[in-house]
Formats: sequence, structure tokens, C-alpha cells
Amino acid sequence: MNALDRLAALEAPGSFIGRHVAPVEGDIAEMLGVLGCSSLDELVGRTVPAGIRAAAPLDLPEAIDELAVIEELRGLAQRNRRARSLIGLGYHGTHTPPVIRRNLLENPAWYTAYTPYQAEISQGRLEALLNFQTMIVSLTGMEIANASMLDEATAAAEAVALARAVAKAKSDTIAIASDLHPQTRAVVETRAAPLGLKLVSFAPGEAAAIAAAKPFAVLLQYPGTTGEVRDLRAEIDAAHEAGALAIVAADPLALVLMTPPGEMGADVVVGSAQRFGVPMGFGGPHAGYMATRDAYRRSMPGRLVGVSRDAAGNPAMRLALQTREQHIRREKATSNICTAQVLLAVIASMYAVWHGPDGLRRIAQRVALQAQLLAGAARRAGFTLRHENFFDTVTIEAGERGEAIIAEALKAGFNLRRLDHGGVAVSFDETVSREELATLARIVGAEAEDTVGGIPAALERQGPILEEKVFGSTPSEHEMLRYLRRLSDKDIALDRSMIPLGSCTMKLNATAEMIPITLPGFAELHPFAPVEQTEGFITVIRRLETWLARITGFAAVSLQPNAGSQGEYAGLLAIRAFHAARGQGHRNVCLIPSSAHGTNPASAAMAGMSVAVVGCDRDGNVDIADLKEKAEKHAGNLAALMITYPSTHGVFEEGIREICEIVHAHGGQVYMDGANMNAQVGLTSPGEIGADVCHLNLHKTFCIPHGGGGPGVGPIGVAAHLAPYLPNHPLRADAGPATGFGPVSAAPFGSALILPISYAYVRMMGPAGLKKATEVAILNANYIAARLKDHYPVLYTGANDMVAHECIVDCRGFKADTGIEVEDIAKRLQDYGFHAPTMSFPVAGTLMIEPTESEPKAELDRFCDAMIAIREEIAAIAEGRADKADNPLKNAPHTAAELLSASWQHSYSREQAAFPLPYVRAAKYWPPVKRVDNVYGDRNLMCTCPPISDYAQAAE
Amino acid sequence: MAEKRFTKDHEWVERDGDVVTVGITEYAQSSLGDIVFVELPEIGREVAVGDSIAVVESVKAASDIYAPIAGRIVEVNGAIVDDPALVNRDPQGEAWFFRMEPAAVGEVDALMDEIAYTALVESL
Repeated sequence: MNALDRLAALEAPGSFIGRHVAPVEGDIAEMLGVLGCSSLDELVGRTVPAGIRAAAPLDLPEAIDELAVIEELRGLAQRNRRARSLIGLGYHGTHTPPVIRRNLLENPAWYTAYTPYQAEISQGRLEALLNFQTMIVSLTGMEIANASMLDEATAAAEAVALARAVAKAKSDTIAIASDLHPQTRAVVETRAAPLGLKLVSFAPGEAAAIAAAKPFAVLLQYPGTTGEVRDLRAEIDAAHEAGALAIVAADPLALVLMTPPGEMGADVVVGSAQRFGVPMGFGGPHAGYMATRDAYRRSMPGRLVGVSRDAAGNPAMRLALQTREQHIRREKATSNICTAQVLLAVIASMYAVWHGPDGLRRIAQRVALQAQLLAGAARRAGFTLRHENFFDTVTIEAGERGEAIIAEALKAGFNLRRLDHGGVAVSFDETVSREELATLARIVGAEAEDTVGGIPAALERQGPILEEKVFGSTPSEHEMLRYLRRLSDKDIALDRSMIPLGSCTMKLNATAEMIPITLPGFAELHPFAPVEQTEGFITVIRRLETWLARITGFAAVSLQPNAGSQGEYAGLLAIRAFHAARGQGHRNVCLIPSSAHGTNPASAAMAGMSVAVVGCDRDGNVDIADLKEKAEKHAGNLAALMITYPSTHGVFEEGIREICEIVHAHGGQVYMDGANMNAQVGLTSPGEIGADVCHLNLHKTFCIPHGGGGPGVGPIGVAAHLAPYLPNHPLRADAGPATGFGPVSAAPFGSALILPISYAYVRMMGPAGLKKATEVAILNANYIAARLKDHYPVLYTGANDMVAHECIVDCRGFKADTGIEVEDIAKRLQDYGFHAPTMSFPVAGTLMIEPTESEPKAELDRFCDAMIAIREEIAAIAEGRADKADNPLKNAPHTAAELLSASWQHSYSREQAAFPLPYVRAAKYWPPVKRVDNVYGDRNLMCTCPPISDYAQAAE
Repeated sequence: MAEKRFTKDHEWVERDGDVVTVGITEYAQSSLGDIVFVELPEIGREVAVGDSIAVVESVKAASDIYAPIAGRIVEVNGAIVDDPALVNRDPQGEAWFFRMEPAAVGEVDALMDEIAYTALVESL
């Protein structure tokens, strides 16, 4: 080798692969030895059925290193032209307070956490989410709010579904104010079509039209999309007279100064908290919100945080009313939503904590005054205004001058919104400077000196906002810094220990993947910025689409769905559109195996399909005889089969090809749930197997962090015959095929800002790295299964006794002798410093463990040691060495407060409670609360922070 | 009062003259666990057999309650709405769900008797 070749070799372009795939070669060899395999190839050969193995390696660019990918993405970010976007439409410039950006948005203690199902180890983000709910309740004037929705448009669509469930009016009509944001209308339209609901428009303020439409839901925008602020009472009253629910989509910054919709009688209020410190990011992710009346709380979709108490009687938070969720209600669920937008909701809540009510008022007043000054300049320049009453958006009737104003503004670095009839709309935000306002005024044709219009006195907000103690409680940066630290210290995230959640793929979210998302060239882009300004982002999107298409073996990919559930829904809509285009619109039966995740039937119901359940055999595999029978029975109406692969039981089913063929033979399409894609990448693919559509969870397989319960991205890949039926978007032609069924998300490319994470992952791994990741994910799972199988029964294995990328251990056998249930084991793991594996899915009473490729052998061993030690603790109960009622499992988790109390009265030692294994001492995680009482919380529902008056009373 | 009759959905039905009382069985409450919420039908509603007319939720499950027979709802038990735990404490007594006037009294007799229902539960 000559010196230059040696130099090239020393550059180690694939060095990231070994950072991401954690086990080193020696450990891999040792683990293979435990499994009796001599190589990863042999392991894969014994695990993945030969008939579905990919023939060729992935056709992807070779790996580059971390610095190179950051450089590449920086270059692409710079290819987006940065302009001040004053386009509005629900997306606004905002300053993410630096203390929040660095210590929250860029902090793995926040962004690598999982959804707070295990309440005790999630108290920090649960508190932040409670703040979010409290903030939304206060701003909207409603009684209860959930802990975020995917975006404003899907929140509106969900509100319509809620109205459908509870409204007195038995109608199929949704009445929509014509000044609703167009993308919201389009998403509602997509959602309405499969359910046979129709949309009727009415002019703003035209209450008589509402009465005439006889709707079950009325959808209003506040302020309207062109900026108008009007009293909504007449329209809301008309809705109520018709027996309909009044849904108001409201801008939370406007609500700081304006009469809240709750006071006007609204039944549901939705919107986006984006402008509370969350970058526009070319459309997302942002936290949508929903607030409603107490009476409708059980019909409200999404996650709801509630205050309960722990086993010691202290206040503790947890997710409330979880039985409303799709994983329990299945096709009867009101919604298929699983993911929320936790990280973004937390940022928005902290923005309100940081600024407090006075700070928010100042920001809102400043934005409002800017708008009034521009309105004044427009008036001086001789223009009329479309509305005299507005908050932050001025619409100038510019007539023939409109195009010139827009062009001149663009030259000066501003994007304005072009409206019909020569209207030009300018939406102000907190990032606009006084100088910029002056420039805009001059472009319009006059100086900004006097004000015109604004919020009418009758609609000025009366009374205080955000009275709860937390808002404004951290005026200094130190206090904020420490508040953020105090909360994140209460939680277990990936920066502490492995989170072995089955089906959730909690792999490494590498720093190099995260750095690009805060680059201004990506973060500050408005989703409806002129196409020519977005070249860099589109390049990222097109490349990622291409790579994902190759990885899935499909012809085309849409990145628009902003959660796995949205991907399912979009995929089924594509199938529906395909059937309809061939004159087979009557095909509406969706076959779903009994083992499927509850989201599948919920999505099918939303896509207007009826569900027929296919049985599974005792190994958790689809019962092929039953599938044949059901497929034949429904042959005339068969639309689709939804199947997860490897199965939800973590097994590569041998019969998968045959399953796909049976469905195709009866006229159906195969929808593959990509939740378990981490076991396929590089070894096989949905296309190879015979599926027609699949969704991917970029927040599982492709490294987007879980964010404590969102964001997610759920793209769909489709075979060529379905490509014409992917989602599209009314405001951006290149977002999808013209023949598509419409948008499923508010933004054309969904949660675009986090796509560079998956881009960076694929780019740094290359074809060989991605394949190796899959192989080691399978190795790690099988190694855990091998280490635990003498202690816990391992359920479900494939033909050669192998599991795929996760394994299920059975905990049902202990209850009869010892009283120990799976929950006790899950909570006891917290004392060992671990987040529990997935509990009771897909089989009640079991734990499903998915280690991913990113955990080194030492961490796997630590986890297995904990599981084995817990098994010993159970054995002690069975053998009478420990008390059946008073033991470390039943009392888990143990808090420092009880361990240090003078009266320790348990039948085991403090040491056994807190330091059950030597390694726990080295880095002890202290659970902040004891076991949370779900029953108490659900019987005594409380979903906001206590008001400051409560503190005052307590002090008295 | 007549003896209780049972459905495969773990509801009990008891006829007293022209009115039948409906609730959920001991087996149902113990499978559901701690019940946190009950929703009852509107008084006066006409229901057909198998209509989903009430909801019972525990912290781990949400179940629909179906009309065991056709008829009209004449009374509901507000006590279990105020205190859902009553369903756990006394499912086959105080914690009845609703009363209805059956469209055809004979429908009640067609349901399972206690022996048949016990056999069903044992087979689960």
C-alpha cells in the first residue's frame, strides 16, 4: 500500500458505524458464541427466512464520517435562501430562548426520553406537560386541554371527529368558515371523505348560513386567515342552535390579548403552539393543541396528563384516562393518534414559563403594534385595508400594485402572502425589528408613523392570564437553567441507561444527527416560502425519499405523515384511492391479525374500512387457514391486509410471502406496519416480501429521538401502482402527485425539520453499516433471550428457536405463588436504574425487550443482571424467605425520602431496596415518587397546575 | 324477584314484573379491575339487542355494555356514576346499571341460567 492509500485508510470514513453499533468485535464474537453461531451471517441465516432475503446489497452512497455529514448538511442548509417570512397561515417567526434551546431542545436528557407511560421515572416531563395543559386552558378559556396534538390541521380534524361523537345534531355536514387556513380545511376534507362527511363553506360572520347547513360541527378561525378579528358569538350560537359543536382554531399569541374562545361559548379550541419558541422548520414538528369542555374529556383524543398521588400519598403525575387510547379501544377508538409532540409542547410551555404573563403580553402587544403601524402606513399610501380589526396580520387591498409590493419586499428579504383580488397579507412576529417594519412601510409607500385598526375594544381580553405560580417564576437564567435541570433529573432517558422498549426501537440519537436541526437555514424556513428559496431542503427531502425507497424496496415515498399512525392512515387512503380509481371503490374490508397493534384497527376505521380479525396461532403467527377463509369470504370487498413484520411477537414469520399472495389473489393490497423495520433494513424489505405499502417510523428505525413522546415521522413507501395515490398538498405542488388524495398533515413535508436526522444516519452508516445495525440488533435481542431464558420463559421464537430484534419474556407464572405481577417487575427495574421494557404488549403479563444495536454488551449484561436479580427476589418470596405483601417488588420503586426516614419498617434492608446490585451504587437513579396510583387519579381527574390561590390558601 | 339470568358478555339480568334490572357480573368486575368510570344510557331510549348502550372503564380496559334484550330504558343507577368503585364492591347487587321495560318478556328466559353461566366462566 502506498502512502496515499494508507492515508486514505486512516481517514476512517466509516468510523461512525462503530459509534452507532455499540458492541465491539470481541463482544460480538462472544455473544455469537453464546448463541452457538460462528458469524453474523450464520445468525441471520438462522433467523431470517431464506425465501425473503435480499439478493443485492442496499443501493446507497458509501458512509461518510460525522464531520463530513455535518458539513454536507450545513451546505444544503445554506442553499435555502433565508428571508423573513411574514406569510402567516399559522406559522410565524419566533425566538427560541437560548437557555431553552441549549438545555432543552439540544439536551439528550429531554429529547431521548420515551413517552411517559412509566410515570414514576417521567415526573419531570409530566410536570412540563402539565404546564403546557395549564397554559392552553388559561389562554383558550376552556376547562381541559390535552398534552399536544400533531399539528393545527390534524387537531381540527380530530375536533371534528370529537364533534361527530358527541354532537346532538345527527348530520353529515361540517360547516367551515371560509377564512379558515386553507391547509386546515384540506386536512379536514381528507379526513371527511372516507367517512362520507361533506364540507359546506360559509362567509365569516354569516350565522344564517350555519343554520341552513344543519351541521354537526362548525369550524372557525380566530383571528381569520386574512387577519380579521371578529366576535364569534353569533356563529357559535348558531352552531349550538343547530345542535352542532363550535370548534375554534385559535392563535395562542393572539389569545394573550383577545377574548378567549371559551368565553364566547366555544366547545373545542385547537391550534398550534409553534410561535411559542418552536422554530418554523419548514412546517414542523410543532405542538398542536386541543382544549375542550370537561363534559367531553373522555372523547378527547391524544394524551392527557393528570395529577394523582403515589403509594405514600404524595402528589404524582401520570397519563390519565388511558383507556380512551387506540391501543385499548381499537376500531372503536375516537382517534388513531399515539404520538404527541411532547418535546415541542415542552418547549412551548417553557417559553411561557420563561416569559411569564407579562412577557407574553409585551410580545403580543409589540406584534400587534407593528401590524397597526403598517396598517397606518398603508392607509397613508392610499390603500384600503381588508379588515380594520386585526391582531398581527394586515391585509392590504393593493390591487394592481400587489405584485410589485410582493416583488419589492422579496428583494428586501421579506416573504409576504399573496391573496385573491390583489390582497397582500403581512403577518408580524417577535423576530421583526423596528428597522424592518420601517422598510416594509416604505415598500408599501409611506412611513410607519401612526396606527390604524387593531383589536376592537369589545374583544380585548379582560382579566389575568397564566396565574399559576410556575409562569414567570424563573425570570433569571439561573432559575430557568436549574428548573430545566431539576425536571430532567427526575427522568430516565437514554443519557442514563438503556431503554429496552419492545417495538419502540430506542436506539442512539447521535449528536452529529441532531446538530443540523438547529441550523438557521433549516430551522427558520416557512413551510409556504417560495419554492425557489427551499432548494437545499428539497434536496435533503428528495435524497431521503430515494434512500428510503431503496431500503423498503418500493417505487416512491411520501415524507408527509408526521407520526406512524398518520402513516398507517395515509397508506390505507392510498389503497382506498387505488381501488376507487379502478372502479373497485366498494372494497372496504380490512383484515387485521388479532396480534396487531391497536392503532391498525383504529386507522382502518378512520379510512372508512370495516375490520375483520384474522386469528393467530399459539406462536403468535397469522393462522394461514383462517386468513384464507376470511380472504375468500370477503373476496368481493377485500381492500387490504395490515400486517406487522417481523410480527408484533418479534418473530420472522415463515409464511409471510404466502400471506401476501393470498391477499393479492383475493383482490386486496398488503399494508405492512413498519414498526419493526429495524429487523429488516439491509436483510430484506417490504417490497421484497410482497407488500404494497408500508410506513416507516423514522423515530424508531432511523434515529429521530422520541422526544419524551414525540415528535415522530411516519413516511409511507409504496409500490409503483400506488405511487399516483400518495398524499399531496394544496399549497405546494411538488409535495405529492396531482392525483393524490389530499394532505394528511398541515405542512407539505410534515415534520421536515427532523428529516436531516434520518438523512445523517443513512449517510453515516452507508449500505454496510445499515445492514450491520440490523444484524447486531438481532444479535443483541437473541443474546438477551439466551441470558434470560433459564430465568423467565421466552415466548415466541422462529423456526430455529431464534427471535428477531426483540424478545418477549413471560411474567404470568409468578402471580399464583407469590402475588408478583408484571407491573411489580417493571417498577422494581426503576430501583436498578432502568426503564421497563414494553409491558403487556402484545401479550398481557409479559415484557417485550428490544435492545437495539446501539447498546454495548456491558449494558445488556447490566440489564440482564437486574432481571435475574429480580427473579431471585421473586424466588425468595416463593420460598418464604421474603414476605408476600412486604417485599422489594411490591414496594417498588423506593424513593430517597422513605429510605432515609427514621422509621424504616420493611422486612428487607434499605440496602437491598436501594442498592440491589453493586453497579447501582456507582450511578444511582433516585425515583422521585413511589408507585403512582392510577385508580385514584382517574377517579379524581385533575389536569392543570393548581392555581396560585391554592398556594395562598395553603400558606394561610 | 326472579333468579338472575346471564349473557355471554358477562351481564346479568333480573326480572321483576314488567321491569328488568341489568348489571355486570362478579367475573366482569374482577377481570376489569378497579373501575374508574361508568357511562349510562339516556332514560327513555329504545334499544335493540346487542346495541352498545353503556361504557365501563377501568384503568386498564374500556368495555361497552350491550343491551341484553330489546326494550326501553326506564331507570339508571346514578350511584355508580358518582362512585364507580361500587361496581367493584357489589356488582350483582347495589351496583346495577340500568332498568328497562322489555319489548318481549320471553327474551329474558332465553338467556343463560346461573349453572350455564358458571360453566362458561369456568371454561374461560
